[in-house]
Amino acid sequence: MEIIFQPWPWYTTGLMIAAVMFLLFYFGKRFGVSSNLETLCTMAGASKVSNYFKIDLKSKYWSLLFLFGIVLGGAIAFYFLSPNKTIDLNPKTVTELQALHFDNAGATYLPSELFGSITSLKTILILLFGGFLVGFGARYAGGCTSGHAITGISNLDVLSLYAVIGFFVGGLIMIWGIFPLLF
Amino acid sequence: MKNIKFLILGILFGIILIKGEVASWYRIFEMFKFQSFHMYGVIGVAIVSGIIIIQLFKKRVIKDYSGNEIKIEPKKPGFKRTFIGGISFGLGWALVGACPAPMFALIGQNFLAISIVIIGALLGTFTYGVSKSKLPH
Repeated sequence: MEIIFQPWPWYTTGLMIAAVMFLLFYFGKRFGVSSNLETLCTMAGASKVSNYFKIDLKSKYWSLLFLFGIVLGGAIAFYFLSPNKTIDLNPKTVTELQALHFDNAGATYLPSELFGSITSLKTILILLFGGFLVGFGARYAGGCTSGHAITGISNLDVLSLYAVIGFFVGGLIMIWGIFPLLF
Repeated sequence: MKNIKFLILGILFGIILIKGEVASWYRIFEMFKFQSFHMYGVIGVAIVSGIIIIQLFKKRVIKDYSGNEIKIEPKKPGFKRTFIGGISFGLGWALVGACPAPMFALIGQNFLAISIVIIGALLGTFTYGVSKSKLPH
């Protein structure tokens, strides 16, 4: 049990993610999370505005259950399986985050500067816009980390390679170019 | 009730994302700064295992639960859509430190802030859906 309560090393985590992908295929489905964003839009009534959202909700039921499981599993892991909620970061990362006004980086699971009490309009806009870019980009690209980076590349799909290169181009521009202006 | 296995798989996946620290904003920052091997190790091991698993599907060594061949559809075609969409995704992933699955794994931990991120993601999805015909693909 002790092993479960410790933070999981990269190799365990990577193997477990591949196991989830395997089981979804085994049960006749596909590993991908961002298509649920479309389903949620449909449920919120988006099909009244655009045919793009006219999808058969029944066929997405299994995926919504998978998504709901992620919500439950995330909460279970955080509240019951993680006595130690700190992140063991590279000391260099901690120093660099300090320079960007993120104090005590890694002392909590998420930085309170962005995810703490929401008091500033700037924080709300960052969270909203960041989420927007993820949702827009995932559907435009036809997949996210699970569908493209893990499943697509494992399937040796060259489009997924382009997608992941795109993920990195965007991520590097954000962290190296835009972060110093934002924080 | 035959779908209950997907709920259980989701719970497992949510636990993996939190315990493997894949859902930590800090780990994503560290990854794009090339200051830690952690995320590269996670994704690398998942892909190497995934390639082996999918090869076993293709060689029909492993079949699905009802004995049928497992076929994997290629991704929707289009270089432009994949690359431009990918860049948008990367910009957002680095900013909020969460891709779609971690967003949902984090709701229980931080309801208010993560809800704002998810509302943003839904607005982004909606915007893509309504502007799809005008975008290069």
